[in-house]
Amino acid sequence: MLEVENLRKTYATGDEALKGVSLSVEGNETVAMIGPSGAGKSTFIRCINRLTDPTDGKIRLDGTELTALEGDELRSVRRDIGMIFQEYNLVERLTVMENVLTGRLGYVSNWQAFRRQFPADDVERAYEILDRVGLGGMENKRVDELSGGQRQRVGIARAVIQQPKILLVDEPTSSLDPETSETVMTLLTDIAADRGIPVLINIHEVDLALNHADRVVGLHDGELVFEGTPADLDESGLDTVYRGADPDETPQVPRSDGDTARDGLDPSVPGGT
Amino acid sequence: MTEADATWRRFDRRRRVGRFLALLVSAVVVVASWEFLEMGGVDAATVPREINDLLTRMYPPDVAYTGEIVGPLIETIHIAVLGTAGALVLAVPVALLAAKNTTPNAATYWLGKVIVTVSRSVNTIIWALFFVVIFGSGPLAGTVAIAFRSVGFLGKLLGEEIEEIDPGQVDAVRAAGASPVQTLLYGVVPQIKPALVGLSVYRWDINVRDSTVLGFVGAGGIGVQLFRGVNAFAWESVAMILLAILGVVVVSEVVSARTRAVVR
Repeated sequence: MLEVENLRKTYATGDEALKGVSLSVEGNETVAMIGPSGAGKSTFIRCINRLTDPTDGKIRLDGTELTALEGDELRSVRRDIGMIFQEYNLVERLTVMENVLTGRLGYVSNWQAFRRQFPADDVERAYEILDRVGLGGMENKRVDELSGGQRQRVGIARAVIQQPKILLVDEPTSSLDPETSETVMTLLTDIAADRGIPVLINIHEVDLALNHADRVVGLHDGELVFEGTPADLDESGLDTVYRGADPDETPQVPRSDGDTARDGLDPSVPGGT
Repeated sequence: MTEADATWRRFDRRRRVGRFLALLVSAVVVVASWEFLEMGGVDAATVPREINDLLTRMYPPDVAYTGEIVGPLIETIHIAVLGTAGALVLAVPVALLAAKNTTPNAATYWLGKVIVTVSRSVNTIIWALFFVVIFGSGPLAGTVAIAFRSVGFLGKLLGEEIEEIDPGQVDAVRAAGASPVQTLLYGVVPQIKPALVGLSVYRWDINVRDSTVLGFVGAGGIGVQLFRGVNAFAWESVAMILLAILGVVVVSEVVSARTRAVVR
């Protein structure tokens, strides 16, 4: 169970990315965090596994307070948190298998890591997970030979092999086409359900969030401005998240702007070549 | 049709004056150097004669001398190989110190920069002079000299390469709970591997050429024979040595280019 209390992050530039955000994620629920670009969604997720250090607030994973951890203790908590990234963040020149086994680095010595000697259990689990995400037989391909959808599957496999207590997912679909986005989201939520772990997903595509999440939270300008089920999120809720509660504020990001952009490129539209 | 009076100038008046002054200063510097060195008095007529004279003395190259230079030539290549290998071992930590994103703190960053600068600011042959004094004449001094000069080259270029890596890949490895060493092995090294191989082979190629003159100061290699030949006016032997060096350099350049093309 992840409990975040009053999390604040002020960057060195003075930007207040998070202005006291509290959120709990537990059981095997999928929580989608929506909000416009720059609302602080990525910062929030990166603070949880301390890729970014929060300025203030508390983060507890199964009771362990992790905002003050350093060194081995921090690494040991990170093993329990699987993270999936927007740009996949795979190590491009390594193979699929090496990337997946990267998820087990927290459990092997430096020398074993250097020699690529992972325990047989890990290797067996890696093969199983690769099959599960539909990449069976691809283990020796270099990931820079893969398509976007395949890369994100490797990203999922790498996070899942950690046997994490929670999955943090940062904009998993923004580099993917709509159809692949849908399959990746389904795969992600299915795997999490199989394993009974909660998922916290940052996502700006509201439709995907509504289709796949059990709960939706909305972040606007570093503050949590909406929390509820997908059914609760009506037009006024969306307005609050994307345009801010203050009616004078100018609209920032219209709903489904990505879809609109894609419609403009639709080859069936007359006038196209 | 109305008369067009639109004007456009790439530079405003101040910039034009500035550019003119910059050009003037450059010209003055060049003329001053020329005057200082008093090179105006070369008798142009003697130059072709001297070249002709030199070429006649060098031709035909002394093929019989080949047997004597094979050994030193192989020694030269070995100096380059060992010097580059030594440099590589030293350059990797130096590069990590000299790269902003991997250095532990400001002090280590400057330490890295200082090592790079000191190594680079001293020519191989001058390093060799030092090490001949320290180790005595012979290939050991040459090898160490090559290594010391190459550390700066490799450390600087590798460091720049490390600064260019994609931080996202490193983040992902850290996020899995990897130790700092594992993060280097999985997040950083794969990203700089082609540069690591490419730069090492390129430096080895440069070092083969550098080590041909190490013998001038007694630091081993084919330069010993070359220096001796020049001093004894044995131009036919010198020609043979130069041909042999040319051959080795061409081969090393081909090896270097091929290797860099293969590793990606």
